Amino acid sequence: MRRFLSLGLLGLLLLGITLNAQAQDAETNNSPDDAAALELLEALDVESYAAKGEAITAILQSDDERARDWLQALLDGRLQRTDDGRFVLVLENRGRDWPVADVLTGEELGEMSRRELDRIGINNALRNQLRSAIAVVDLYSPSVERRRTSAERLLGEVDGELVPVLNDLIEQEEDDQVRYRLTQAVAIYRAEEGEMAGVEALDGSLHPRSRVALSRAANSDDPVVANAAAASLAGIEQQLKINRGLETLYFGLSLGSVLVLAAIGLAITFGVMGVINMAHGELMMLGAYTTWAMQQLLPGQPGLALVLSIPAGFLVAALAGVAIERGVIQFLKGRPLETLLATFGVSLILQQLVRTVISPQNRTVITPEWMSGSLVVNDALSLTLNRMYVLGFALVVFAGLMLIMRRTRLGLEVRAVTQNRAMARSMGIRATRVDIMTFALGSGVAGLAGVALSQLTNVGPNLGQNYIIDSFMVVVFGGVGNLWGTLVAGLSLGVINQVLEPWAGAVLAKIIVLVFIILFIQKRPRGLFPQKGRAAEG
Amino acid sequence: MSLTTESSTNFWLTRPFSERSTQIFLGVLVAALALVTILHVAVPADNPLHVGAYTVNLFGKYLSYALLAVAVDLVWGYLGILSLGHGAFFAIGGYAMGMYLMRQIGDRGTYGDPVLPDFMVFLNWDSLPWFWHGFDMAWFAFAMVLIAPGLLALVFGFLAFRSRVTGVYLSIITQALTFALMLAFFRNEMGFGGNNGLTDFREILGFDLRTDATRLGLFLVTGVALALGFILCRAIVSSKLGRVSVATRDAEARTRFLGYRVERFQLFVFVVSAMLSGLAGALYVPQVGIINPSEFSPIFSIEIVLWVALGGRATLYGAVIGAILVNYAKTIFTGVMPDAWLFALGGLFVFVTVFLPKGVAGLLLHLKRKKRDDDTPAPTDKIQEASL
Repeated sequence: MRRFLSLGLLGLLLLGITLNAQAQDAETNNSPDDAAALELLEALDVESYAAKGEAITAILQSDDERARDWLQALLDGRLQRTDDGRFVLVLENRGRDWPVADVLTGEELGEMSRRELDRIGINNALRNQLRSAIAVVDLYSPSVERRRTSAERLLGEVDGELVPVLNDLIEQEEDDQVRYRLTQAVAIYRAEEGEMAGVEALDGSLHPRSRVALSRAANSDDPVVANAAAASLAGIEQQLKINRGLETLYFGLSLGSVLVLAAIGLAITFGVMGVINMAHGELMMLGAYTTWAMQQLLPGQPGLALVLSIPAGFLVAALAGVAIERGVIQFLKGRPLETLLATFGVSLILQQLVRTVISPQNRTVITPEWMSGSLVVNDALSLTLNRMYVLGFALVVFAGLMLIMRRTRLGLEVRAVTQNRAMARSMGIRATRVDIMTFALGSGVAGLAGVALSQLTNVGPNLGQNYIIDSFMVVVFGGVGNLWGTLVAGLSLGVINQVLEPWAGAVLAKIIVLVFIILFIQKRPRGLFPQKGRAAEG
Repeated sequence: MSLTTESSTNFWLTRPFSERSTQIFLGVLVAALALVTILHVAVPADNPLHVGAYTVNLFGKYLSYALLAVAVDLVWGYLGILSLGHGAFFAIGGYAMGMYLMRQIGDRGTYGDPVLPDFMVFLNWDSLPWFWHGFDMAWFAFAMVLIAPGLLALVFGFLAFRSRVTGVYLSIITQALTFALMLAFFRNEMGFGGNNGLTDFREILGFDLRTDATRLGLFLVTGVALALGFILCRAIVSSKLGRVSVATRDAEARTRFLGYRVERFQLFVFVVSAMLSGLAGALYVPQVGIINPSEFSPIFSIEIVLWVALGGRATLYGAVIGAILVNYAKTIFTGVMPDAWLFALGGLFVFVTVFLPKGVAGLLLHLKRKKRDDDTPAPTDKIQEASL
């Protein structure tokens, strides 16, 4: 017990040296005995792996405060010996010359050629021994994060010697998660040993290591334990199935939210205005590139840049949309097929423009910290945060658009012009202005979609192309001129795609969905939610 | 009101003038074929007027594109169906021809398997998939060149026209069709060579594909196919069937109310057009020496539509002019400044649709009829919309 405590102290200490000065005062406690340390290290440089194992144990028991560093270095293959017999730590083993430091004093010795160095080799058994040793050292760390990772690493790595140590730790531990993990680690050991207590403790645990332990216990000689383990396993399988289902649903909704974002702007220009904008995907691309440009302008603040690119992306795409409307579409009023061709030309020009001006290569857009990582629900289900943000963003954009179309003057005018242009004009609505505003709105939403997409996929000149066919499918499937239809169609197509993927493969799933929509259009040419009344005659 | 002027214009366009246009077109085509042949065969290679084998090959490629454009013009110009998926029929015809050419390689492939094409040996397949049987026989393969795309068009068209899917919707689902097929053909498991497609052809009907004589022969055969395809389309559009098609294009509902089974006319013309596209693809493949899934890409299909739009819709010969002009420009551009080609192509799309709604053919007609009033598009109203 003492040994682990002191090891823990020095783990903290070493952390303190590299990360903060907090632990500096602890350093004076024990003065290192360099001769003894050298002896310990010498014992490592032997042929036999069994002897090396003993040497590692000796180091662990030595109370030397530098032990953790040595063991970590040994594990990483960075503990090496020079030609003249000195032990050094390789600080970075990349390139031809490596910077090294003295093992005993920590003093940096400059760069040495890799040919002058001799690595102290280890095998897999030693690697495991080292890992669990280091994990135990970390369990005494004051940092909760570190205790959590180390406890997690212990799952399935516990042996008989460790159990009493861990039991003591469980009593002292304040953090629930660490305690849960440690209990689980002990339970896994117990279950693997065929003890009933372990099997009972593992009931309902979704961690893969728990399942391994339980399936071992299921083969136990004791029929009671074996039956209990088998029953637990069956329950866990059931749980896992549900979790897998939830995960598929989540991915489906996430894909669906991307489709909705991509399609909703199209639903406005295509559905409401009757304009086929093949350059819609390229407007999304502009939004994504705006995000990239904002991050270039505000280096070091990816989060702020991302937030600012929401309005910026909207504006850039909306302005581009106005330019397209004024420059091309207004001359093609009432000729949807020709609008399709002309805007396709615009899309080619925009793509090539990005290739020429920026680069044909993909650009990296940084995901801010608060968006990366994932929300861990349980051992079998974790939801990535960036997808969750995009899902939320899609819903917010949708709600915003609904509000604009239903509750504002602009929405009223748009609907009036859509239903009967001549009548609306005679009521004093400036139809041309409404056209421009609608197109700007639809394009701006495309820009927003691009900003969101920059967090999920590569930002490159082909970004838009990859989405244009899918977004048309969503609009047509949902029913042209119906925003609700677009939402339902987008989300359901996303889910269908993800449900099909596991057994059909990504490409085949996509083909099946396309064929499904083609057939669906035959049955219901006006989509899921067709427009009714006079507007449908268009 | 507008309907009468519109249809009388079409009457004027299709009947008396078109007869002469057909004569002029066929005359020019035959003359061009003869001229290229003479310049290739009779003029010595060091003479600047000599047409090299590469150029003959290039012209052959243009002619197969021209046949494809004529097929698209038949459905778009005369039936009002903007198909953004005709590249699929072209590619299927090409694959049928490619399968025949693959089987002709025999045991001369890299792996020397007498039956299996190289890519199947590479994928460790031990026998031919069922749909590859029969393609060692030329008559079967050539029949499939027409039947396979025709069948796809029949099924697709039957479903679409029966449920009265028209206009933009039809355009979008044809695009989805070719996109789905592209994804499918990219898969190795499909048995069509996946990403790489079919290539490394040796001979066709016993003629070595790498000799100049075979290339000239293919060029001439493509020219003849173009002429025949053109005459077939002209016959269709100037027949009563063609008149009903045009009526469908201009006012589908009215035609239906007059008692015509519109969907049958649409289906017939659509299938004929698909078969012609397949033929064009089959003539294209031996000349370029490869067929791969990129021919299914939606961009290619939409490019075909641009050729027709540039040349002038509903004229047939305009489609030929457009296909040759655009592809010639593409050859020049991609050689001299490849980056500028997409700018040029994109600009062309915008320019043609905004400023040249009737294409080059319309411009020619306009110049011919200078004494008449200017030919700007009539103000938009319902009838005009339906026709476009």
